[in-house]
Amino acid sequence: MIEINHLSVRIDNKPVLTDINLTIAAGKVTALLGPNGAGKSTLLKSLCQETDIDAGNILLDNRPIHEWDRRELAKTLAVLPQHASLTFPFKVNEVVAMGLYPLSVSRSQGAQIVDQQLHRLDLLSLKYRSYPTLSGGEKQRVQLARVLTQLQQATRPPVLLLDEPTSALDLAQQHRVLALAKTLAHEHEYAVVLVLHDLNQASRYADNLVVLERGQIVSQGDPIVALSPETIRQVWKYDPLVVKAPDTDIPLLF
Amino acid sequence: MNSQAWLLPGLIALLVITSILSISTGPLNISPSTSFSAVIAWATHYELAGVAPHEQLVINNVRLPRTLLAMAVGAILAQCGAVMQGLFRNPLADPGIIGVSSGAALGAAICIVMFPAAAQYWIACSAFIAGLITTLLVYRLATSPTGTSVMLLLLSGVAVAALAGAGIGVLTYMANDMALRDLTLWQMGSIAGAQWQYVILALVALVLLSWHFNASAGALNALLLGESEARHLGIDVDKLKYRLILLCALGVGISVAATGIIGFIGLVIPHLVRILIGPDHKQLLPLSALLGAVILALADIGARSLVAPSELPVGLVTALLGAPFFIFLLLKQRSRFL
Repeated sequence: MIEINHLSVRIDNKPVLTDINLTIAAGKVTALLGPNGAGKSTLLKSLCQETDIDAGNILLDNRPIHEWDRRELAKTLAVLPQHASLTFPFKVNEVVAMGLYPLSVSRSQGAQIVDQQLHRLDLLSLKYRSYPTLSGGEKQRVQLARVLTQLQQATRPPVLLLDEPTSALDLAQQHRVLALAKTLAHEHEYAVVLVLHDLNQASRYADNLVVLERGQIVSQGDPIVALSPETIRQVWKYDPLVVKAPDTDIPLLF
Repeated sequence: MNSQAWLLPGLIALLVITSILSISTGPLNISPSTSFSAVIAWATHYELAGVAPHEQLVINNVRLPRTLLAMAVGAILAQCGAVMQGLFRNPLADPGIIGVSSGAALGAAICIVMFPAAAQYWIACSAFIAGLITTLLVYRLATSPTGTSVMLLLLSGVAVAALAGAGIGVLTYMANDMALRDLTLWQMGSIAGAQWQYVILALVALVLLSWHFNASAGALNALLLGESEARHLGIDVDKLKYRLILLCALGVGISVAATGIIGFIGLVIPHLVRILIGPDHKQLLPLSALLGAVILALADIGARSLVAPSELPVGLVTALLGAPFFIFLLLKQRSRFL
């Protein structure tokens, strides 16, 4: 479990996040929402220690995250980058195998883990393809397979941070990846954190929606609570058309 | 066994053949079988029949150190090239092109001209320190938080090489005849004056570098994903980068001190190996070392025999082979620069 307490971040002396308090639970999908510049990415970066923190702290299992041993943390917490700029002609299985770096596995165990993750993301047919020749969506899935490989020896519920995981994917792939994120959380106790732009996808796949505006959390909870028409008007300056989904009570926004 | 699996035994066989060829080639005609016996005799301290004393003398004092130095320097430069390309995440990085060799040469030149009485290893030390400063300078110039820019990298290389060239020019002006000859040879690269002390220095550096580089192969692969991705995999990226830069500067500094500037080995060899087996550093590094050793020894054989009884500087031979390859790479990657 991750606890964020009174987190504040300033970049170039401008406050980007102010007094953020948030609990990220294992077994749940948490979506970070908000307009551009609201601080979603910065919050994700603070979780993976890519940005300096001005005040507050982030605890993973009651221990400040920066006190964790690098390798132990890497086995527990993995990040899917928005763009991965790998231009050297590695094969798909070699890219996924980079996720084995922090693990202690034999060569055959490693190959087995890589195959499992390739299978999970429906990539076995691309196993020996050269990574730079893949489409944007295929690359994204390969990176996801690499990131999941990294978490295969976690000794506690793993934390998976996904920065706009669906940005390069077509409709079916978007839903597949988000469904996988949900399965990982609900069936394998992962704590999944997503940065998303599509509110309807967030409503459909996330358990806890966190809406940020100018570096502060303005609402959080299930879709009905977090994404009320008032909140959307206030945060996105947009008057949405709200329709109830036919199969669930989740509101759809247009 | 597929073609990739043949590469390692094939290269080892090629290394043995090249070394025998290199030991046999020169003004004094020595047959390959005699060369082989002479090397065994040198290694075991037994006198073997069929090797004349003068042949043994030439092999012990001239050909063997020369061959070993060519191979050690070839292996060092090829590995440093491969590591720099990984570090800069750019396949065009090479100690020669980005100005590190020139910087190291300036360091060596300062030592030769200003302190003519200095021992050989001081020249190596000063080449190493100057190489290190140049590497850090080029790296700082070309790297921003978003990564290393190719354009800035090559431009910094040009600027640094020009600066080092000017420095060497001033030193040339100040130098006496003896130092002048040394300096000229230095800038063209030559293995002709191979001495055992440099051979030992280069071999020690080669072992140290190969061991360290291979231990970092997995991390170097991950670094190609990007610095933050590597960090998320549990790698202390800053420590890794500085350690590798230090080791590259050490390798290039010792190579330059021993043989002068030999260009393009660090660029061409890792490229050829990548074409054959892909970019995985676990195989790229050892195979680059072997191929680098073979190619530089072959280039040195060429340098000795192309204009016999005279001799070409080996740096000219590698440049004649390497520069067209560099042009070919530029043509192939043009879209990345435009």
